[in-house]
Amino acid sequence: MNNVISDETIEYVGILAKLELSDEEKEAAKSDMGRMLDYIDMLGELDTDGVEPMSHAFPVQNVFREDEVTGIDMRDKMLSNAPEEQDGMFVVPKTFD
Amino acid sequence: MSTDYETVIGLEVHVELATKTKIFCGCSTEFGGEPNTHTCPVCTGMPGSLPVLNKKVLEYACAVGLATSCDVTRYCKFDRKNYFYPDNPQNYQISQLYLPICRNGHVDIETESGIKKAVRIHEIHMEEDAGKLIHDDWGENSLVDYNRSGVPLIEIVSEPDMRSAEEVIAYLEKLRMTISYLGASDCKLQEGSMRADVNLSVRPVGSEEFGTRTEMKNLNSFRSIARAIAGETERQIDLIESGEKVIQETRRWDDDKECSYAMRSKEDAQDYRYFPDPDLVPISVSEEMLDEIRSRQPEFRDAKIARYKGEYGIPEKDILLITENKHLADVFEETVSCGAPAKKVSNWLMVETMRLLKEKNLDPEDIRFSPAHLAALIDLAEKRTVNSTVAKEVFEDMFDTDCDPVKYVEEHGLATQNDEGALRETIAHVIDENPQSVEDYHNGKEKAIGFLVGQTMKAMQGKCDPGSVNRILKELL
Repeated sequence: MNNVISDETIEYVGILAKLELSDEEKEAAKSDMGRMLDYIDMLGELDTDGVEPMSHAFPVQNVFREDEVTGIDMRDKMLSNAPEEQDGMFVVPKTFD
Repeated sequence: MSTDYETVIGLEVHVELATKTKIFCGCSTEFGGEPNTHTCPVCTGMPGSLPVLNKKVLEYACAVGLATSCDVTRYCKFDRKNYFYPDNPQNYQISQLYLPICRNGHVDIETESGIKKAVRIHEIHMEEDAGKLIHDDWGENSLVDYNRSGVPLIEIVSEPDMRSAEEVIAYLEKLRMTISYLGASDCKLQEGSMRADVNLSVRPVGSEEFGTRTEMKNLNSFRSIARAIAGETERQIDLIESGEKVIQETRRWDDDKECSYAMRSKEDAQDYRYFPDPDLVPISVSEEMLDEIRSRQPEFRDAKIARYKGEYGIPEKDILLITENKHLADVFEETVSCGAPAKKVSNWLMVETMRLLKEKNLDPEDIRFSPAHLAALIDLAEKRTVNSTVAKEVFEDMFDTDCDPVKYVEEHGLATQNDEGALRETIAHVIDENPQSVEDYHNGKEKAIGFLVGQTMKAMQGKCDPGSVNRILKELL
């Protein structure tokens, strides 16, 4: 493996992803991530000088909507996906600003 | 020896655009709906839903960019800004980092004390608003309403070109005026359709380098902005003077306590891992599209003020007040073009219209009477068909119902009696009835005539011209 993931990196990625990992899980994740990066590194073998980074696979541009209301009240359907609801709202763990 | 410090301020201004629908879906942006009744799979971040850009958002963003002398980015994209917070259902906000729609603009400002300068605009980008969290003080949970989620915003990022609260307020006023003239937003700080985050640092006067800056949020009035700037400047200078360092952080202004505090949640990593949003295709702004937007730009306030000075011959005070709001200026111009004298029109707008707007808690946008009707009312007053008291009475009704003043006066029998014979008869009667006042008048009490005028007006049920009453009274006495 060319890419070695440090303890600090796995800790940091864990924070960003809001995941709490056990020590064993951390080791497994380190090795998985290292192998993924090795795989991606293969792209480095290609000559990409002067090639624009691509964000979309198809040459499609300018797909717009007109500013017309098409939405209808489907609150019940939206809330049916939530684990918990109250007063027509989604219930989440207490959060502060 | 004490050092003199200079405050350096840059602003991030979020403006909610006045579209009918959200930025990426057809849900209504209307205020005041029951929680979550304006939501759909797109604006609640359901897997598999596909956002599609509202064309009006792009047009408004370009219009604001053109009005602030920006370069419009001809090929632009949306990016995902990743963070976890329950008001953000996708776990990312769709925004623009790499290719924002506008760049390199500027706004010319003039402060109250007469400082003129240009504040440069670094960029303007399009993005979506978040939902609203409702915290229950007693409960275990928070509740989320996604009606605001996906409401279109533009964020206008200035360069750190401002040096005082006065300049900041002049800049915000100028932005507000420009954007509301475009009809792109009503820009109300109090109601949150315009929000300003203040980036502030201090440095010794003469220094070229910037100090460490902080970002202040939750400023929802010009007053709180001015106080927050004063407070933060003092806090940073105190830190430096006592040998401590200013920490780069986001602070939240508490308007009640008049102080700010650091918003540091534990493990708050400011790493948004932006990447191009694969759901939204790139935008290519054509020359035709820009031309069309350019052709629709209104005459902005500065140009209007200059033109009014030459064209209407009304005092500068009137011009400034009338041009404060585009709709008010439109009503003014149309009323004058219906043939009413400019100064009379500005008086009606500045005095009676403003009084009623304030009384009824309305904005100039809510003016319902037609310019033709205001012109007709002014004509009635000019020709003395109605006296000023009656004119105001008619105006009050016109303000609410846009009634035709000519018809209203006719139907309510409010026209002044132009029959001088009848008026003379009434006055003669009033003189007979009030010998005391007549005697007072003859004894040199000029004021006594006022009473007699009043009595005559009363007897005529207000339907006469006080000028004529005065004239005839003096004649008969």
